[in-house]
Amino acid sequence: MSAQTAMLMSLWWPLLGALAIAVAGRVNDNLREAATLVTSVGLILIVWSLLPGVYAGGRPAVDLIEIMPGIELALRVEPLGMLFAALASGLWLVNSIYSIGYMRGNAEQHQTRFYVCFAIALAATMGVAFSANLLTLFLFYEVLTLSTYPLVAHKGDEATVRSARVYLGILLTTSIGLFLPAIIWTYAVAGTGDFILGGILEGKLTGPALGLLLGLFVFGAGKAAVMPVHRWLPAAMVAPTPVSALLHAVAVVKTGVFVIVKLVVFVFGVDVLQNEPSTSWLPVLTAFTIVAASLVALRQVNLKRLLAYSTIGQLSYVVMAAAILKPLSEIGAAVHMVAHAFGKITLFFAAGAIYVASKKTEVFQLRGIGRRMPWTMGAFTVGALSMIGVPPTGGFVSKWFILAGAFQADDYLAIATIVLSTALNAAYFLPIIYLAWFAQEPKADGVEVVEHGEAPLAAVIATTTTALLTLLFFFFNAPVLQLEEQLVRGMS
Amino acid sequence: MSLLEHLPALQVVIPFVLVPLVMLLRQPGFAWCATTATSVFVFFNACAMTVQVLTGEVLDYAMGSWQAPYGIELRVDAFSAILLLIVTAASTMALMGGYRSLQSQIESSRQPLFFAAWLLVLAGLSGIVVSADAFNIFVFMEISSLASYVLIAGGPDRAAMPAVFKYLVMGTLGATFYLIGVGLIYMMTGTLNLADMADRVAAVSDQSPILVAAGFITVGLALKAAIFPLHAWLPNAYTFAPHVVTVFLAACATKVSLYVLLRFDFVVFQPNLDGHALQFSYFLLPLAVLAIVIASVLAVREKNLKRLLAYSSVAQIGYIMLGASLVTQAGMMASVLHVFNHALAKGTLFLAVTCLALKVSSLRLDNLAGVARSMPLVMAAFVIGGLSLIGVPGTAGFVSKWYLLGAVLGEGLLGIGLVVVIVLGSLMAVVYIWRVIELAYFSSADSPNATREVPMALVLVTCLAAAANIYFGLATQLPTALADAAAQGLVSAVP
Repeated sequence: MSAQTAMLMSLWWPLLGALAIAVAGRVNDNLREAATLVTSVGLILIVWSLLPGVYAGGRPAVDLIEIMPGIELALRVEPLGMLFAALASGLWLVNSIYSIGYMRGNAEQHQTRFYVCFAIALAATMGVAFSANLLTLFLFYEVLTLSTYPLVAHKGDEATVRSARVYLGILLTTSIGLFLPAIIWTYAVAGTGDFILGGILEGKLTGPALGLLLGLFVFGAGKAAVMPVHRWLPAAMVAPTPVSALLHAVAVVKTGVFVIVKLVVFVFGVDVLQNEPSTSWLPVLTAFTIVAASLVALRQVNLKRLLAYSTIGQLSYVVMAAAILKPLSEIGAAVHMVAHAFGKITLFFAAGAIYVASKKTEVFQLRGIGRRMPWTMGAFTVGALSMIGVPPTGGFVSKWFILAGAFQADDYLAIATIVLSTALNAAYFLPIIYLAWFAQEPKADGVEVVEHGEAPLAAVIATTTTALLTLLFFFFNAPVLQLEEQLVRGMS
Repeated sequence: MSLLEHLPALQVVIPFVLVPLVMLLRQPGFAWCATTATSVFVFFNACAMTVQVLTGEVLDYAMGSWQAPYGIELRVDAFSAILLLIVTAASTMALMGGYRSLQSQIESSRQPLFFAAWLLVLAGLSGIVVSADAFNIFVFMEISSLASYVLIAGGPDRAAMPAVFKYLVMGTLGATFYLIGVGLIYMMTGTLNLADMADRVAAVSDQSPILVAAGFITVGLALKAAIFPLHAWLPNAYTFAPHVVTVFLAACATKVSLYVLLRFDFVVFQPNLDGHALQFSYFLLPLAVLAIVIASVLAVREKNLKRLLAYSSVAQIGYIMLGASLVTQAGMMASVLHVFNHALAKGTLFLAVTCLALKVSSLRLDNLAGVARSMPLVMAAFVIGGLSLIGVPGTAGFVSKWYLLGAVLGEGLLGIGLVVVIVLGSLMAVVYIWRVIELAYFSSADSPNATREVPMALVLVTCLAAAANIYFGLATQLPTALADAAAQGLVSAVP
């Protein structure tokens, strides 16, 4: 399979999979689940087959169609997108295994629609990762938004639909209201929207206009959840947990930060941003987002909402790392996308597993649950430590690079933010770990104690796998680093 | 003369000749067949002319070989070709898919008359577009308007009567204003041929009758084109018309009036009147902005699906006027392109509405709950039409919005304000389209809807229209080439 075929297949395969799932769903549940698993395994094979070529320095490209003169839909693989696609496709398999356990364990309705929309969302994610210009990126960005709405609104009751509307409303409003005008502005100024290392705006746009354009992009890419465009993420937590796990810890939110990193490196150009004071608001805003989100997370009692606010903070880590504008910090941004993905998906898996087994959703209900669900809570602990950045977890690696970049740039704001937020992360995660392992389960005082054990096997396997990945990433992160060094090669 | 040279005349003559024949066919089925066949023929006729026009040629035709300015001149250039394509395609698609829907809405004894009126509208609209003569335009305008009143009132809904009466009064007012204007110009120049008029007006351009004529003509045509705030007739006329008629008229009726407005203004007034470009902008630009904002708000608050789409049409006419009122090549090109693309989107949406109307008891939004489950294809087409209306990449609507934004950005500071307006309008389109989608897909029906079958032909045509939205969103060469040539033809005359 040539690289070009693989790129096209990475879009078509999940879509065909969605079709197969829809058809199989009419026949029998097991067949449908088999279709999901086959599709996700196939996608891994397709996407990962591109890896050797990219390591060797290949940058395969495919032109899909020219819409207007100079404006076309096109795909191109570069290290950052490759990493994102490999990550999302890999975790989709784990997530599918988990979904089967979760959805069956909860006897959820409309399971076929769930798996179909999931496959479409993955196709859109691949499109985002491989897009070669702004317009293609925007197209898939919108498809991702629309295809995830049914997933968020899955439960279908009034409160859920209201939250899902917030989700859709914010994401669509920002993308059409800010992102699209920014894209058109870029095309108008630069004459192109292609992603070119070093940027396309040098000399084309200067002064405050550049700061304004950056603002349109950062807030337009609402999926990055930079405050104040973050409200959709807690709202999305009404979705079934597998959705929160893969989409709102990996695919959707990472699309947001991926867009911003991509813009910084390939549209604005690191050098241009460094010389333009009007863009220096971005690090300040991300620092604020990191601290504020951590403070809000501290006060959450609902486990999933707590995780959502933690995600908001962690996403801004990536944006801040990109905004430090040093090669090391750009690597740090990419690595943090991976490390956070492993850690956060583990945490969500664990939260969902707890819900399936015990219907518990609040932090204070977790007293002593570690003894009933040791595997799940063990995984949760690993994930939480990774969020804080304790070795030997993946979170440590990325923080290392971001900090190194910050020191290189003498960026004391970033250093202070990272230190402060690490303390805050510890402050909201450690009590949960303590409660789960060391606190006594409340004795029945009129409250009936629910006897329960571990979550369904599929869920436990998935949770443990991602926890292991989080640990392994501490030791075996060389492939990711090698890939991303290619990204910054040629940067000042 | 080969037959090919007679195409501009055949475009109008064929439907006219068929009118009495269709009236005499007592069998509704035959009448429908004859009308559809005629519509298909004129569609291919329009295609044939488009092919010629694409080479850069302008088709000039002297009726009865009497040369202009004394004889009647027909003229087909790129702008006319776009309009002809829209008119004939809308008519053809509406007829092909709409047989069963018409059967259910129109008494069978009246159907031959109904189809005769349909042909008159088709002939009249085509006639307006191919005429190069101010008075002929008026005549064709009256023919198409009177016949379209009949079409709109033809349905079973008694509420159509007051709607049609309102349309009739306002339409007649508009036509009369136009006629007064043409009369004044004729008084000053002694000619009715547009090109000739443009030459002769130059000598008297500072005379007040000409200025008064410009005012009358612009306002009269703005009335017919439903330019805000003269749109009051449109929402109810669209809402209460038989669904198939709405498909036809919504796609092209107002656009033909817009065509006359732009053509008249840019051929006769722009080159000759001092400061007319500025007046034109000052008059139409604010109206366009108001149309986009206010009509979108009304659409967001509307509870009847057809009226919602009708308000959306008023807003979309705002976009078209916005591009035109810039009086630049880029703006005019975006404007003409949007005429084409909006016709595609709105045609698709109203075709989907026609399907829905066969299934649900009324077109109030509440009644559409869960309808996507029983009509997945139709709702998919609706979604695509809606996305095109919003202007999502990959659909036709995006292409014209893109050009429009590009044109507007060339206007400096004013442009940034206009970008905000366009974006705001698009966001409101998201809201009103989404309301429908959410109800249709994510609510469950309270009461089971009637299980009438929607005819295959109608579903097919609807899907075809939706596919066209995507096709012209990706393969944009044909409409952009035509729009570019059309804009060139109009704007090049501006000093």
